[in-house]
Amino acid sequence: MKLLKTSTLAGALALGLSAGFTPAFADTLVVGTTQTPRHFNGAIQSGIATFMATAQVFASPLKYDAEWNPEPYLAESWETSEDGLSVTLHLRDGVTFHDGEPLTSADVKFSIETIKENHPFQTMLAPVTEVETPDDLTAVIHLANPHPALMLAMSPALMPIIPEHVYGEGNIQENPANLSPVGSGPFKFVEYQQGDFYRLEKNEDFFLDGLPKMDEVIVQIIGDQANLTLSAERGDVDMVPFMSAIRDVQRLEKADGVSVSDDGYDAIGPLNWIAFNTQKPPFDDVRVRQAIGYAMNKDFILERLLGGVAKDSVGPITATSPMATDEVEAYDFDLEKAAALLDEAGLAPDADGVRFTATMDFIPGMAEMGRNMAEYMRTQLRPLGIEVEVRTAPDFPTWAQRIASYDFDMTEDSVYNWGDPVIGVHRTYLTSNIREGVIWSNTQRYSNPEVDALLEQAAVETDPEARAELYKTFQQIVVADAPILFINEVPFYTAYNDGLTGLPQTIWGAVSPWDEVEWTE
Amino acid sequence: MPPLVKRLASAIGLLVAVLVLNFLLIQMAPGDPVEVIVGEMGGASEELIARLRAEYGLDKPVIVQLGLYLSKVVTGDFGYSYYFNQPVLSLILQRLPATILLVVSSLMIAVVVGTLMGIYSARKPKGLLSHFVTIFSLVGYAAPVFWTGLMLLILFASVFPIFPVSGMQNVRGSETWIGAVLDVLHHLVLPSVTLASIYIATYSRLSRASMLDVLGSDYIRTARAKGLNERRVIFGHALRNGLIPVVTMVGLQFGQLFAGAVLVETVFNWPGLGRLAYESILRRDYPTILAILFFSAILVMVANILTDLAYGRIDPRIGGGRRKPSKPKGAAQ
Repeated sequence: MKLLKTSTLAGALALGLSAGFTPAFADTLVVGTTQTPRHFNGAIQSGIATFMATAQVFASPLKYDAEWNPEPYLAESWETSEDGLSVTLHLRDGVTFHDGEPLTSADVKFSIETIKENHPFQTMLAPVTEVETPDDLTAVIHLANPHPALMLAMSPALMPIIPEHVYGEGNIQENPANLSPVGSGPFKFVEYQQGDFYRLEKNEDFFLDGLPKMDEVIVQIIGDQANLTLSAERGDVDMVPFMSAIRDVQRLEKADGVSVSDDGYDAIGPLNWIAFNTQKPPFDDVRVRQAIGYAMNKDFILERLLGGVAKDSVGPITATSPMATDEVEAYDFDLEKAAALLDEAGLAPDADGVRFTATMDFIPGMAEMGRNMAEYMRTQLRPLGIEVEVRTAPDFPTWAQRIASYDFDMTEDSVYNWGDPVIGVHRTYLTSNIREGVIWSNTQRYSNPEVDALLEQAAVETDPEARAELYKTFQQIVVADAPILFINEVPFYTAYNDGLTGLPQTIWGAVSPWDEVEWTE
Repeated sequence: MPPLVKRLASAIGLLVAVLVLNFLLIQMAPGDPVEVIVGEMGGASEELIARLRAEYGLDKPVIVQLGLYLSKVVTGDFGYSYYFNQPVLSLILQRLPATILLVVSSLMIAVVVGTLMGIYSARKPKGLLSHFVTIFSLVGYAAPVFWTGLMLLILFASVFPIFPVSGMQNVRGSETWIGAVLDVLHHLVLPSVTLASIYIATYSRLSRASMLDVLGSDYIRTARAKGLNERRVIFGHALRNGLIPVVTMVGLQFGQLFAGAVLVETVFNWPGLGRLAYESILRRDYPTILAILFFSAILVMVANILTDLAYGRIDPRIGGGRRKPSKPKGAAQ
């Protein structure tokens, strides 16, 4: 009885306390994320944390709908020349940066040059030779060769137009405006409390009428996933993009007043796979790699290990991309076929029934796709005579160093498409991209001249259908060669308060503008 | 050498040792900050990686890096954080207030609650409550602090949502100045209680033992014989002597408290130095880690000096040079 009294008292006290904390703005959106941004200048830094802020503060030439179609943004219209060697952008008139200065073609030129020089995704703008500015509202991008990937490279996350008068002087890497960015996007940057939150406010002069809907956006950084999930459940945060932790997604699915959705994010194309060290015996034998492919029960992985939350992945290009095909070897679960392939490869079992031993690594941090997957492999491959030793890594750099220095047999790995295959797919398969010490280069050391040739052709093919055809052949070869076994797409969910509409669910998901998000109640 | 100079010299020596040792330790961990940065960028070209390594001076031999680093620290320059993209000093200054708030409040809770519990159970050492205090403090001491934190979170932020889950303030903002202060205090409760939980045990056991000792001494019997009430006896006479070991412990445990803050801040998303330390270790952000360790070493040293001073005030026998203790006869032959 006394206990009850005390807890009522405590409850009343807390209620009194929290009553004092009503939101100051009715139209405030609080977004929760586990990612700490290094800074907010997406012209020189990639990664989800930077992309999210970049797409709010800056505007880009184009944006995309949910079906991979480009839409006018800063560019009202655009055209590609017959030979594919130049792309002309016609800019919207009267656009200003948040400091009131006009946005002109000179800023577009400056931004493209800065990105080409500094951005981690070098292939995005590699063929750009020059940007010509015949007048304030026209920018002509000249290319050394046709470069269809340029279209997706002009997306909000990848091509922020940054003001030359702010970022033009000195070493851009250390420009203070990287931490207090000035752009022309839907939201103005207000403040950053290091490691805690950053605050954006509505850009009243935004060039799209009636947008953005929110008066204020606060992005709260909550490093611990369990803590973030709890915050979403309680309604402390209104929206959590990029949720991958399966148990947390399932938990929020059941929470009152909160919904989850995996719409959007297609262009990010986050593939989760098992990679082989293809130059290390016995994995230099394609039959061994294929055998492991047939030995894995994908239905079990998707339904049980990943709780039905993640989508299937069959090849190197994310399933909804116009360049993707599903006409590839499916590696249907077949243990007999797997054993036969291993026999054929000359790997007979010894007296203890062991054919060979191998190590399995995984990216630390995501238990369901990492450790659980590795443990699954261990039990799944034992009957086949493959002894798997699961190797843990205490943190990301430890894992990355092993993989980038080829000190591994098999590893779970997550690599993203980032829009066009030229940006995020080619790097994994090109012989020319076998670079020791570089994580997410071709760390499998896979080399197939036919694949190299196909990728080179596809990079410069301007006809979308012909290009898709080239990529189809590429996908079929890679899946058959099996330097990588494709497992699933990393689930990216947005958890959101039921009172919200207009969620960012285009192909770029939450790394596109949140200008249409609004409260309905 | 005068004691103060001696003390200062040993402090400086210790600080240099802290820096050098930690520098080498961090270098031994696999991977470097560029790998992490590239990892979070979702991949990068070889050229960019080489450029970043050169920019950060990571391409030089370790011993050269160490020399460069020490020579900069001497001038008060703690370098530029690779990961957080700003000068380390400003980064630390932004995070320091939150940690001081957390550590000081935890210390206060631990000392006050712990000592009161200790005194109470010393008065009736065989009583039911005394046993309860013993069990309670041992459980608090034995439980890992992050686990205690998680349990408190589940209980008081999820099942009974009385307290906030994370951070130091409501990001939606408070309307008044008073509201903002209350908001921070509201956020402070769970983390500081969690951090205090381990130390309550120490202080309650310590003050219990010490008070038992003191309460059995002659002057207390005299005080009681004089007819003083129990309150005066305990708080006026016994506590002063009973507190001496507690004060020593406060100084000794300051460093541990800081270490505990790393875990508590991570669990509660408290934007302090502890979480920064955790984040920068994961990211191999050498300049930040080293500076944090450096400043925590200084904090611990200052705490120790303050302890000695306080000690001298409470216990006149330790006069710190005011009165030379007479040499015991027959010693040091």
